[in-house]
Amino acid sequence: MESSAHAFPANVRHALADPQLQRAMGRLKGHFIDKRAHARARLPEFDALRDQAKAIKDHTLAYLDLYLERFETEVRRSGGHVHWCRDAAEARGVVLGLCREAGARTVTKGKTMIGEEIGLNPFLEANGIRPVETDLGEYIIQLAGEPPSHIIAPAVHKNKEQISDLFVEHHHGGDRSRRLDGIPELVTEARETLRARFLEADVGITGANLLIAETGQTVIVTNEGNGDLTQTLPRMHIVLASLEKVVPTMEDATTILRILARSATGQEFSTYTTWSAGPRRPGDLDGPEAFHVVLLDNGRSALLGSEFQDILRCIRCGACLNHCPIYGSVGGHAYGWVYTGPMGAVLSPALIGLDEAHHLPNASTFCGRCEDVCPMRIPLPRMLRHWREREFASGKAPAAARWGLGVWAWFATRPWAYRLATGLVARVLGLARRGRFAALPLAGGWTRGRDFPSPEGRTFHAQWASRRGR
Amino acid sequence: MSEPRTEILGKLRRALARTDSDAAAVDARIAAHTANLVPARGQVPEPERVAMFRAMAGEVGGTTEELAGPAEVPAAVARYLAGQNLPARAAMAPDPLLQGLPWTTTVLELRQGRTHGDDLVGITAAFAGVAETGTLVTLSGPTHPTTLNFLSETHVVVLPRRRLAGAYEEVWARLRALGADVPRTVNMITGPSRTADIEQTIQRGAHGPRRLHILIVDGLD
Repeated sequence: MESSAHAFPANVRHALADPQLQRAMGRLKGHFIDKRAHARARLPEFDALRDQAKAIKDHTLAYLDLYLERFETEVRRSGGHVHWCRDAAEARGVVLGLCREAGARTVTKGKTMIGEEIGLNPFLEANGIRPVETDLGEYIIQLAGEPPSHIIAPAVHKNKEQISDLFVEHHHGGDRSRRLDGIPELVTEARETLRARFLEADVGITGANLLIAETGQTVIVTNEGNGDLTQTLPRMHIVLASLEKVVPTMEDATTILRILARSATGQEFSTYTTWSAGPRRPGDLDGPEAFHVVLLDNGRSALLGSEFQDILRCIRCGACLNHCPIYGSVGGHAYGWVYTGPMGAVLSPALIGLDEAHHLPNASTFCGRCEDVCPMRIPLPRMLRHWREREFASGKAPAAARWGLGVWAWFATRPWAYRLATGLVARVLGLARRGRFAALPLAGGWTRGRDFPSPEGRTFHAQWASRRGR
Repeated sequence: MSEPRTEILGKLRRALARTDSDAAAVDARIAAHTANLVPARGQVPEPERVAMFRAMAGEVGGTTEELAGPAEVPAAVARYLAGQNLPARAAMAPDPLLQGLPWTTTVLELRQGRTHGDDLVGITAAFAGVAETGTLVTLSGPTHPTTLNFLSETHVVVLPRRRLAGAYEEVWARLRALGADVPRTVNMITGPSRTADIEQTIQRGAHGPRRLHILIVDGLD
């Protein structure tokens, strides 16, 4: 997908001025946040499972090459193929080659973030193959020609009236006299329209939540069943997965699955968890005749051993997005690329470069909720800070921030000057009779929404010194 | 070996400072496939286990019934379909466990095999049930076509009471006991199909079944 992460500040202004988006974002609280809290409260072992899940992933990452080799061996043993791809272009090429091998005209797709990451849909279309998204949210944004705005709820920014307009425009020959009033009607129409696509598809492409080294299985979770129809009905099943999805055993995957849905939607378990290994077996009455796994690196191997390695534990539950005050204010599109919210602000600079994505690590108040709710205990604020350091060191930070930090650093390393300056400022501002300021030079952005209180009495340093530290 | 494969694995090995002795540790961990923490709720004994399974399946919109014996299954299926105003017709998995039931005692019209989407009702047997979340586990195979789990609007599942486990890990142990190779597909099913993709409002029957009815049967299998 084409990135507009470099335009983050402009994207944010646009998002904040969009009343429909603001209403949609307001719905996060009553749904994802409360439901996760409820699911967590119902499972006393929840936090202990998080610790184990973290340990499983840390162990797997430490032996990633060996577990991937074992996974590949097992996929082959079950009659499937593994395609290693260094970057997005290589992965697109492999998928196109496989689709041509299958003589594909229509390809159904289960939800895959890797598919978004490598920009698969426009590429297939340009090569005469019709990709059809089958997750309802993905289908809606495909009709709208938009990228997903949330990793597990791609169309969370749309309301039912907008979705109705899209369905009227794209279904039944675009008959504008039709109206679809309710959510049940919309879901039923999508079900009927997509059922025909499922049955005619030549290739089905899904993502993978987990890869199992022990068995060569790929695992997806869905609630709709679209991933299952996508992989069961066509002649070929292609799985798009990134390297870090592998875990050692079914038991290890099970531990992660116990916290995945609870963290994501607050469900005890997703409706469908599907473990797939190889093509259909002799005697099977259904299932694909060919099975391929596209294993994508695209910059992830470079994170191993770096200060960003922990982001490779991410299981894409979306909890950090749902609990982030920035994401909740601006939505996913403002981030400008596939991955959004705190995990996106950490991962995107690694995958598309700091030049393009250097604004994103600044999209945080460092309140720490993302790390609190992360089922894999990823230290997201710490990694955001690492990116900010790199941004500053590379000279990409805005001039005002660089100048301001420079001035502050000058004073901070000269205590006598710091005390003199703060004492002076405190005395001057303390002269204000009304006790607050509606406007201050250099702080217009801050005072636009609130008053600045005037200092009372002496500085903290001065008080500390006069009380001799008591 | 392909060039991308060599390059990616080379990068990983360099970043992780791989040594030759590490492979044994990985093999040992896989061979042991030790269970991690199993929540207490997954370890409840019978009969609470059935109660938990029914409660959890019910929470997500599944319906359940307990039957005292295999002979009661056909009539229970016929009764359920009539209650839903559905025709007494279904596609059934060619599973010996189901084939052995006295279907001729009812007016049900059964066709055995996979479905291509034109059957309103699919009947299958489950490999296992899991009480901790009200989850069914089915395996693909010549006698268990996967399409019956997903294409019909109504899915009726026969779950022998003995196959009801407390936690997922018990099911993996039974799966391994079947042989070295896992089946093409292991499906875990928790309630009927649903979506919340429009205004975060839950709606049943997105692409898979709108209704999931589970018959928990004593004295079967």
